[in-house]
Amino acid sequence: MKRVYLDNAAATPVRREVLEAMLPYFTERFGNPSAVYDLGAEIKEVLEEQRTKVAHLIGAQTEELVFTSSGAEANNLAVKGAALANIKKGRHLVVSAIEHHSVLNAARFLEKFHDFEVTFLPVNRYGQVEPERLKRSLTPATVMVSIQHGSNEIGTIQPIAELAAICRAAGILFHTDAVATVGSVSVEVKELGVDLLTLSGPVLGAPKGTGALYFRRKLRLVPQIHGGIQENGRRGGTENVPGIVGLGKAAELAREELAHLVPHLTRLRHLLVAGITEGISNLIYTGHQVERLPGHASFCFEGIEGEALIFLLNRQGIYANTGSACASKALKVSPVLCAIGIRPDLAQGSIVFTLNRDNREEDVHYLLEHLPPAVEKLRSFSPLWRKKMAATAGG
Amino acid sequence: MKFLKECKADATADLVYRVCPMHLLEPTELIKDLKQGQVLEILTDYDGALEDIPAWCAKHGQEFVGICEAEDEDYYKLYIKKVH
Repeated sequence: MKRVYLDNAAATPVRREVLEAMLPYFTERFGNPSAVYDLGAEIKEVLEEQRTKVAHLIGAQTEELVFTSSGAEANNLAVKGAALANIKKGRHLVVSAIEHHSVLNAARFLEKFHDFEVTFLPVNRYGQVEPERLKRSLTPATVMVSIQHGSNEIGTIQPIAELAAICRAAGILFHTDAVATVGSVSVEVKELGVDLLTLSGPVLGAPKGTGALYFRRKLRLVPQIHGGIQENGRRGGTENVPGIVGLGKAAELAREELAHLVPHLTRLRHLLVAGITEGISNLIYTGHQVERLPGHASFCFEGIEGEALIFLLNRQGIYANTGSACASKALKVSPVLCAIGIRPDLAQGSIVFTLNRDNREEDVHYLLEHLPPAVEKLRSFSPLWRKKMAATAGG
Repeated sequence: MKFLKECKADATADLVYRVCPMHLLEPTELIKDLKQGQVLEILTDYDGALEDIPAWCAKHGQEFVGICEAEDEDYYKLYIKKVH
């Protein structure tokens, strides 16, 4: 059976070139980078080379990057580390209502254990934070604002440069979770004007267990993993050398390929969206239609449950998701869809397709062949849908 | 410990919240870039630095100038003059 993988936001395979770059660092090049003898000192140099490669991908300086074990850890270090380092200035944080749980729960941790006040900023129906609303949420006690760059769930890209400029003018730190955007669109920290930026390895074709946090030069962070002097005293624990080598290679490839990747993904997305909106009635294309991740298409289909649709597609060898990979198992209505005003019954019919460089036009055609009948089949089982159709037919 | 009234420096090593022994490692590197007679400022929240930095200066033949009281701050400011 044909297999079409359309859940690239959840996981991507490690790229062949990345794996090959990593392999020597599991065996012959196994030295600890903190050791002073050759075997370790050489590895320390290799680590710094990777730091430069990853920094270049986002237009940063080598020394402005900390390697972490994930995007979630980088978000924790950004939110908790920077907020705690500036606790004397105030205890108010602003995060958007549609942040990843690693931002939301880090903010709630500060609220619970360090007496911070947190404003969870609403978004408009496209999932964007409105600059005026951000401006109004700031107080003299605000030390930090965290707003994600791109949403893995609804694809929307935020006007980060504009939002960050508001914070900069007010002397407030600005963090963006750019896990969904780095490697998918051009991300330059100086253009965005952010103080902190999170990125993750797996979406770039690096292994799971890799990520990094950009922090503007000289910005102070309270370490969240207490240990030795690894990462220049900002994160304890022996470095994941093979993983970091993988991340470096993936970043290098992403930088080289970005100019070709964006049009490729955009073309496939347009094909997919046109096919779905023409072939299926009663749906909402969620998120912003233009300001969105090039390879991301998300919908809510009326009269069905997303989980059931995933199972039917799975039978045809098509792999998609109902929302964010972490939230889908909780069987809860997505807070992101609630935040953009989708009715709870419609939010149940949420489905997300995320494309990457390996997807081809025939993958989209295969999906368009199997998706409409699957939706139709599920709707035929739904008493609510049948009732609605009968009412419509009866005028 | 010598407390300074005038706290001027030619370069700063900001090591606040960075774990021990970063307060010794980074100044060792930074002082290499200074000229003889120039002063390096070390900012650190590590209490042990109050003993370590003067001891490091004695061992490496650099001059420990003193400490500057940082009012309302929860870190120390220590000063080293490059002798050689």
